[in-house]
Amino acid sequence: TFAERANLAGVRHILLVLSGKGGVGKSTLSTELALALRHAGKRVGILDVDLCGPSIPRMLRVQDSAVHQCDSGWVPVFVGQDKAIALMSIGFLLERPDDAVVWRGPKKNALIKQFVTDVAWGELDFLIVDTPPGTSDEHISTVEALRPYQLLGAVLVTTPQ
Amino acid sequence: AEAAELRARLRAVRHTVLVLSGKGGVGKSTFSALLAHGLAADETKQVALLDIDICGPSIPKIMGLEGEQVHQSGSGWSPVYVEENLGVMSVGFLLSSPDDAVIWRGPKKNGLIKQFLRDVDWGEVDYLIVDTPPGTSDEHLSIVQYLSATHIDGAVIVTTPQEVSLQDVRKEINFCRKVKLPIIGVVENMSGFVCPKCKNESQIFPPTTGGAEKMCQNLSVSLLGKVPLDPQIGKSCDRGQSFLAEAPESPATLSYRNIIQRIQEYCEQHHLQEEKIM
Repeated sequence: TFAERANLAGVRHILLVLSGKGGVGKSTLSTELALALRHAGKRVGILDVDLCGPSIPRMLRVQDSAVHQCDSGWVPVFVGQDKAIALMSIGFLLERPDDAVVWRGPKKNALIKQFVTDVAWGELDFLIVDTPPGTSDEHISTVEALRPYQLLGAVLVTTPQ
Repeated sequence: AEAAELRARLRAVRHTVLVLSGKGGVGKSTFSALLAHGLAADETKQVALLDIDICGPSIPKIMGLEGEQVHQSGSGWSPVYVEENLGVMSVGFLLSSPDDAVIWRGPKKNGLIKQFLRDVDWGEVDYLIVDTPPGTSDEHLSIVQYLSATHIDGAVIVTTPQEVSLQDVRKEINFCRKVKLPIIGVVENMSGFVCPKCKNESQIFPPTTGGAEKMCQNLSVSLLGKVPLDPQIGKSCDRGQSFLAEAPESPATLSYRNIIQRIQEYCEQHHLQEEKIM
């Protein structure tokens, strides 16, 4: 639909940060990449699709923030020194930070689709998508939902062992 | 009828321990493997290690069983035996190549987990250890649901000292409470590093919010122990050898052994309590 295309229409490049393995530094890299790109003068957004273990809000010190709605959908939380990096994470939708998101695949898929199409990202040079470990629902749904857009590619993170 | 099938298959399992963490890469599989090795050191005990991490099965490599295949018999799938008294099952054994990605949505993963429980002929088992992927999703809901056919002694939750890990682990603790899964306790891995040359201790992952100790205090959960970083651990895992056997003098080995003992005591005690009630 037009509304769906509109929210990502202003995003020039979409980058996925992936790893099969957990705990190798995906969220850390996503955060540092976003900050570095911002420092280089780019307009940056981060989409955190790790629904069970969302780490990005804490890394950017906005773990207590909430999201608001506007006409075109959800307004991302603006983070960073100049509050210019747009961030969306399930972390912002939890009533309490320690609440477990105990969802099966279909419910996760529905939220990921919403995150992709219902967030008013505006004009961005880069949208960095941080993912959970594995090759399952979140990954399949994210790639499927992003297929119509400018998917630049994936950065894969590992450790030496 | 399905529940009855599972109950029948799991009837001969005395103790079941789930190894969980909200966070990835904290050492669940490492710990599961060492727990299995530690318990199987007693040759009179029969130990089973079930790996339900479908996307990232680490257990075959850690147990030195890469390349092994699962055989079928009249009585079901045969686990792969590391020792006579230590059998292992993992999706890793079902892949044609170790680099094959298992790109499955939830329902298909659940199906395989059910098969692992229903079709594997474990035989008489004293300890069934279940290694899980990170998170609180399909695999976790399913294993708790399917294992309700038997009795789960409890969960061991693994973390590392930093807040980014603890915040996911608190969610896991809440998950356990939500599904009424008893928590045996928490293990803090990568807890400090002692340099083998100068013997100085460094906090590679500083516990900026008090580490597992503070979290356990706050959430009234038992801290089973802290295990320091030892590069030999990663090496042993990569080579499929038991770290406990390769580095018996390491402070990490001592920590692991203490933790394993505490888990054993917990299981035995609960068994006695249950028998009393019955």
